[in-house]
Amino acid sequence: MPIQYYIYLCLTLFSIGIIGVLTRRNAIIVFMCVELMLNAVNLLLVAFSKMHHATAVVGDAATNAGIEGQLFVFFIMVVAAAEVSVGLAIIVMMYRNTHSVDINFLNRLKN
Amino acid sequence: MSKLVYLVPLFPLLGFLVNGLGRKSMSKSLIGIVGSGSILASFVVSLLIFFDVKASGGSVVTLFNFIKVDSFTIPFAFQVDQLSSLFLLIITGIGFLIHLYSSAYMHEEEPQHFGRYFAYLNLFIFSMLLLVLGANYVIMFIGWEGVGLCSYLLIGFWFKNDNYNYAAKKAFVMNRIGDLGFLLALFWLLLKLGTASYGDVFANVSQLSSFDITAITMLLFVGAIGKSAQIPLYTWLPDAMAGPTPVSALIHAATMVTAGIYMIARSNILYTMAPATQTLVAVIGLATAIFAATIALKQNDIKKVLAYSTVSQLGYMFLGLGVGAYTGAVFHVMTHAFFKALLFLAAGSVIHAMHHEQDIRKMGGLKKHLPITHITFLLGCLAIAGIPPFSGFFSKDEILTAAFAQNPLYYFIGVAGALMTAFYMFRLYTLTFLGQFRGTQEQEHHLQESPWQMTLPLIVLAILSVAGGWVGIPEVFAEHAHSLEHFLAPIFAESAKLAEQHHLTASQEYLMMGASTAAIVVVILLAINSYKKYQASDDTAATGLGKVLENKWYVDELYDAVVVNPLHSIAGFFKNIIEKSGIDGLVNGVGKLVGYGSRQLRLVQSGQVGNYILIMVLCMVVFFLIWFNDATIVRFISKLF
Amino acid sequence: MIPVSLILIPLITGLAAFFLKGENAAKNWALLSSAITLAVAIAGIFFLAPQNLSYDAAWLPALGSRFSLVTDGMGKMLVLLTAISFPVIIIATAKNKYQNPGSFYGLLLLSQTGLLGVFLAADALVFYFFWELALIPVYFLCSIWGGEKRIAVTFKFFVYTFVGSLLMLAGILYLYFQSADHSFALQSFYHIKLSTGQESLIFWLFFIAFAIKMPVFPFHTWQPDTYEQSPTAVTMILSGIMVKMGIFALLRWLLPVFPHASEQYANLIIILSVIGMLYASLIAIRQDDFKRLIAYSSIAHIGLMSAAVFAHNQTGLEGVMIQMFNHGINVIGLWIVADVIEQQLGTRKFSDLGGLAQKAPVMAILLVVLALANIALPLTNAFVGEFLMFNGLFRYNIWIAAVACICIILVAVYTLNMVQKILYGSTTAVTENAREIGGNVQWMLAILVIIIIVLGVYPQPMIDLTKDTVHAILANR
Repeated sequence: MPIQYYIYLCLTLFSIGIIGVLTRRNAIIVFMCVELMLNAVNLLLVAFSKMHHATAVVGDAATNAGIEGQLFVFFIMVVAAAEVSVGLAIIVMMYRNTHSVDINFLNRLKN
Repeated sequence: MSKLVYLVPLFPLLGFLVNGLGRKSMSKSLIGIVGSGSILASFVVSLLIFFDVKASGGSVVTLFNFIKVDSFTIPFAFQVDQLSSLFLLIITGIGFLIHLYSSAYMHEEEPQHFGRYFAYLNLFIFSMLLLVLGANYVIMFIGWEGVGLCSYLLIGFWFKNDNYNYAAKKAFVMNRIGDLGFLLALFWLLLKLGTASYGDVFANVSQLSSFDITAITMLLFVGAIGKSAQIPLYTWLPDAMAGPTPVSALIHAATMVTAGIYMIARSNILYTMAPATQTLVAVIGLATAIFAATIALKQNDIKKVLAYSTVSQLGYMFLGLGVGAYTGAVFHVMTHAFFKALLFLAAGSVIHAMHHEQDIRKMGGLKKHLPITHITFLLGCLAIAGIPPFSGFFSKDEILTAAFAQNPLYYFIGVAGALMTAFYMFRLYTLTFLGQFRGTQEQEHHLQESPWQMTLPLIVLAILSVAGGWVGIPEVFAEHAHSLEHFLAPIFAESAKLAEQHHLTASQEYLMMGASTAAIVVVILLAINSYKKYQASDDTAATGLGKVLENKWYVDELYDAVVVNPLHSIAGFFKNIIEKSGIDGLVNGVGKLVGYGSRQLRLVQSGQVGNYILIMVLCMVVFFLIWFNDATIVRFISKLF
Repeated sequence: MIPVSLILIPLITGLAAFFLKGENAAKNWALLSSAITLAVAIAGIFFLAPQNLSYDAAWLPALGSRFSLVTDGMGKMLVLLTAISFPVIIIATAKNKYQNPGSFYGLLLLSQTGLLGVFLAADALVFYFFWELALIPVYFLCSIWGGEKRIAVTFKFFVYTFVGSLLMLAGILYLYFQSADHSFALQSFYHIKLSTGQESLIFWLFFIAFAIKMPVFPFHTWQPDTYEQSPTAVTMILSGIMVKMGIFALLRWLLPVFPHASEQYANLIIILSVIGMLYASLIAIRQDDFKRLIAYSSIAHIGLMSAAVFAHNQTGLEGVMIQMFNHGINVIGLWIVADVIEQQLGTRKFSDLGGLAQKAPVMAILLVVLALANIALPLTNAFVGEFLMFNGLFRYNIWIAAVACICIILVAVYTLNMVQKILYGSTTAVTENAREIGGNVQWMLAILVIIIIVLGVYPQPMIDLTKDTVHAILANR
């Protein structure tokens, strides 16, 4: 399958994520959109990694070239998991304080 | 003997230090002895040097290098020659008499101020000696500024009076204006010749272009104008009367104002080679002579009359310098020193007797109360008026004769000034000594002749005023009678070679002398006659020219309006407007702009998370667009589709 | 070793001073420290072998910066000025009470460290380090112990000087990357070849930094305010020594590193300086505040120095050298008098003063001599310097020199105004009960006056001391 398809998919996912983050006010949906963006990037990393590996294997069957992309994905997933736990905790705390998950309530940074 | 020349200024310097530091612990008589004694010691050394120079000529004595940089060297050196040794005698001789006189005149002062007075006086003599002795223009400049300082200190001696302080400051600042010219001339010389020593400058004068010489001499003359109180910088000298009377005598006779004459006489070669400057010198001198004489006609303060007469006489000296009669000018410095010191000291004696009354309208009839003062004052008046055979006649005649040879117009204006001199001097004499006493009973009761410390200098100076002119008897009377000219000949030899010699016939000279003397005698009689019967009630408010003269042609007012006030306003404008609103406003404006900008920028920080993210995304898009230039993006997109 | 010990003594004693509690303990400690510095400076400059006068050690080898110090003639003279000034300042202002004296004297000594470091540095990074080290303690000294308006004024002072410093830092870094061996050493800066455009740009970065410090018109407005508001001891350091940092830096860093640019812009800067001289002198005529008058007078004098620097000839530079020292001595003397009057009578306004000559004759005499030195009368130290500087300026351009010379009239006007209004006339309500100044202050002023007279009569040793620097600067063009 050509790499282009993966790129289209990732672009679409990433754009959906961005648009969601920018337009939605519900913190949980924003949060999900962030995850979507992360996973779009993950997918792209895996796709490119496969592509590079495939071209490298033609020359040298034993090569490891191109697998770093997949390594990154694991790291990102771990970090994302940590981020999710912290983020959800913040949202829970926010809900307890304001009885709302609307991010526009969070304008305290201004002062 | 010349090697010991450093002793001459050293004694007054020591006197200054002893009197200055010990003024609290020393008694008045001790202070007086130290003060006068140091000058007497200088006088003795000067006398020895004078005869040494007369016998064996001059030399330069170098003490140490004052300033030595790559481009020039300025040694601290003394010039011992005919001109300086003559001036040394005048300064220390008359200086000593004035010191002696002061020890009685200033006796009412507290010991501390008495000590201060003598310290300043000694410093004054020291500075003047430095001025005269310096072997280059820089050392001369040291003395030049030094006398300015001392006159400042002495004019403002009674510092509780603010008017005196203003007079002192005026003297200093006006002198400084002149000094500016001197300094620039000095720089010019150093730039062109790389030396300021007289010997080297005069030897290399041919290397200078005529423009350089003219510029240098003009600038030096500016210095002389300031120091010797010529138009337009003369107004400080009459105001300098604020100081104690002996100080006036010192400033007017022995020191300070003669500095300008000395300097030009010293640089005579430069001036002879700059005819344009010489003309200027003569014209300014003549103008000052006449102008000051007219003011003196109408003054009522005994010291003011004498002050304007000094300005006027200095004008004659500059006329002499301007027409190339260097010897005549120096001669007049000498005779003027005698009779002007005498007149001032006699005036001081009058003021002393009158308990600090200086207005001649309130005097009169002092002849019988102050006999010695009267006689000596009369002799001084005769000398300044130019009656033969008193000293003033010979020196003034020499200058006027030389002026006639140059331009007869100079001569006639000069004689007119001399007639005015005779008139105001005898007006002064008549109002003071003849007629009825017009002061208070109290004053009349206390009138008595001054003590010997004051009358002795008067007598000595009177003898000198009478006989001082006999060293310069004109050649028409006898061959080689002018011994001063022969003595000074080496100094002016180079100039004499360059200048064309004008010679009047003997009969012309006799005619001029006779006519002017006769006219002067008539004027004197006129003055005595018209003021002999003077009563206070005669005094009506002056009108027209009389009022203008009484107010000194309103020159002080003119300077205030043209120079002082505008300067003051400009300074205020700078201080209050430019500095506060202009420069500081600009700086503060930048500060305010930054403050305003940040306040506006703060609004972007809305606190809405969404906005932040939007800005972040936009920025990233922009960043990508910039980072990957157009071609890269186009290639990337084309690959995609 | 001498330069290092000159820097270390005030540094260590200054840090130690922060822990001292008592007024007297701190004062005596600072005095002891500065006396030792003076002794070391004199010994090092006049008595020890010259190889002791330079020092070189690794500092930041990764950056190519070495802790190298040299002491040439100019450095010697300014070190001497700094070393002499500090004990004089400390003794003369000993009567003043400070809250938290340990910190006050500690900061004072730290700024001395900075000053000495600047005058000795032969490496741009070291120079910059000490330049800031001299500035920061002064900032704290002003803002903690200053007058009423101290916060606003010190803020202005700090922003001004800091902007200058940052520009200079940018310039230094640029030069560092341009230097052949990637080093901050003075000598490799001297050998950098720059294109004309680069040179002018970097020249201005440096010049503005130094011009603010000196200060040259129109960068001067921080100065009168700061002088007025700072505690007098600090003002003395600022005007006596710290402004010399600017002149020093021009001579050490600007002229030799940017020979072409400094020739190209000489005319502009000289004219600016001369305008500044006249401008400051005129303002001084109208001042009613003792401290501000001295501040403006100082601006006028510094203007002449900066003009003479850019006239760039041997005579003028020689004059600048000795005038740096002499101006420091004279202005510190004037500040001392200003301080005593303010401490005793509680005012600096001329309109409140008068008649002090009757009440304090010794002070009157000393002030008159200081004033005469300010006027640059012959036989005072300032005459020689100004004579040479005007002479140098005259060699550069006759007309500029003639205009600049007008200042010798104006300086007489405002200085004599000052003398008259303080000393002469009759006493006022304020000065009625004035007393003579204290013995210590008298001695300190007397020392300054003796220096003034001695150097005025026999300036040659000073000229000889700095000759090598002048030749080096001129050889570099």
